[in-house]
Amino acid sequence: MSKFEFPKSIASRPVWGTLEVRSGEHHLMIAEAEGAEAVIDIATPDLMAKTHLIYIPKGTDFSERLQALNPAQFYEGPSYAAALHRIRRVLEDAHMGLQVYLTGTEGMMGQAMNEVMAVGLPHTAVQTEHRGSVARRMQCVHCKGVTEDVDVDPFVCAHCGLNLFVRDHYSRRLAAYQGVRVDAEDHGNVPEPKGIYE
Amino acid sequence: MSGAEKIQVKVTEITPLNELVTRFRFERVDGRQLPTFSGGAHTVVEMQDGGITRLNPYSLMSDPFDQSSYTISVRRDDQGRGGSLFMHRQVKLGDEMTISYPVNLFSLDLRARKHLFLAGGIGITPFLAQIKQLELLHGHWELHYACRNQALASYADQLTGRHPIETHLYYDDQSQAIDLENLLSGQPLGTHVYVCGPKGMIDWVRSTAAAEGWPEDCVHYEEFLAPQPGKPFEVRLASSDKVIHVGENESLLEAIEREGVDAPYLCRGGACGQCETVVLDHDGNFVHRDHWLTDEEKAAGKKIMPCVSRFEGKSLVLDR
Repeated sequence: MSKFEFPKSIASRPVWGTLEVRSGEHHLMIAEAEGAEAVIDIATPDLMAKTHLIYIPKGTDFSERLQALNPAQFYEGPSYAAALHRIRRVLEDAHMGLQVYLTGTEGMMGQAMNEVMAVGLPHTAVQTEHRGSVARRMQCVHCKGVTEDVDVDPFVCAHCGLNLFVRDHYSRRLAAYQGVRVDAEDHGNVPEPKGIYE
Repeated sequence: MSGAEKIQVKVTEITPLNELVTRFRFERVDGRQLPTFSGGAHTVVEMQDGGITRLNPYSLMSDPFDQSSYTISVRRDDQGRGGSLFMHRQVKLGDEMTISYPVNLFSLDLRARKHLFLAGGIGITPFLAQIKQLELLHGHWELHYACRNQALASYADQLTGRHPIETHLYYDDQSQAIDLENLLSGQPLGTHVYVCGPKGMIDWVRSTAAAEGWPEDCVHYEEFLAPQPGKPFEVRLASSDKVIHVGENESLLEAIEREGVDAPYLCRGGACGQCETVVLDHDGNFVHRDHWLTDEEKAAGKKIMPCVSRFEGKSLVLDR
């Protein structure tokens, strides 16, 4: 099961939606890992004939099933970073009316959302659906380094080594949640890490 | 006192532009500077017309950063309720008037990579200020301006003179029309469209953009509704403990104000939402005319926008 119901939280926390088909002549879909299932759920021959589909497997294997949907264009990138140049080029050349669909982890959706916003489309115009891993992209508020795919709380910053508490405060600009030193007042008093939603 | 803060001004220039449109320049009576504003803002002009106080919103068309004066352009509407006729016939050079601080319900979305302006007739005025703002910011814009004929195309010469590449003109009497479908579908991603003009034009642009898949947040429009006359009716204002009579040619908001009850407002044109009033009880039908309440809210009959909406029926009780 690739769907997860996130617990209710503060207003800063992003709320992801459920993809639905929108009318339009051009569609851009970016699916990461189990996000492929969300694309398969809404795919129709008519929709896929107008769709540029970008797939980032991240250890999954939906490639054949996605290509069988006959998208107008299909690209499989080994990582988000590898796909980024293509994403930017597609957005740069696109016209108004393009419908954007993002599905996968929060980190990928947040970063791709930033690319869409950078070309002037409001974030409210982009459809999202979370699928797969609930790991987060975290920014250390102390050293500003970003640690990807964090699934435990607290965790160790990959840059400065501090023990960080996983907060729900989110930055749309950074596409990351905030990590704050958990033992700031009592150095060394670090709780046992457990899953973020445990 | 409701509405935006007031400024005392004197009329320092009256310039007829054509058969229908006249421009007015206002400077502060106390000689101080006016506040800056943002392109698309309007001011509410108070007119003392016999026993009636008229409060009409007009888009500010001057340079938003010029604090020495404000200018507005008023199109004479012979069938209107009299505000524009008052401006054209009664207002004289040197007159002192009261205007409100600028209020912007039609501002530029500066996240846009390109601004596409669509103007119909006198709807050109907010764009004149927005163009000045964007020129200062080196913004990317394009204007498509449709008018009845060349003689009535206010500011068309100025625009084509200063911005020959960005300005596109269309004259009805030469059967020229904006090729809207192609214009919209060819815009680069990140374009925002702004439309100001008659209701039919606004509806046309909004529906065409929606059909082409434009996000709602990229489509901006401004339409000031003038209150329409209607059957007289009575209203009980519960908080003020008053029963008031709304005449045929005045709005519910104007009747409330006439009775000395302070009611909130900003745009007086059904757009801003400030005057939203709770309905405590009613027996009859609402004539909702605003752009503020949702269709569900209008059907529920629990709220009314007294600036443009009316009531027909036996009794209406408002929480005011």
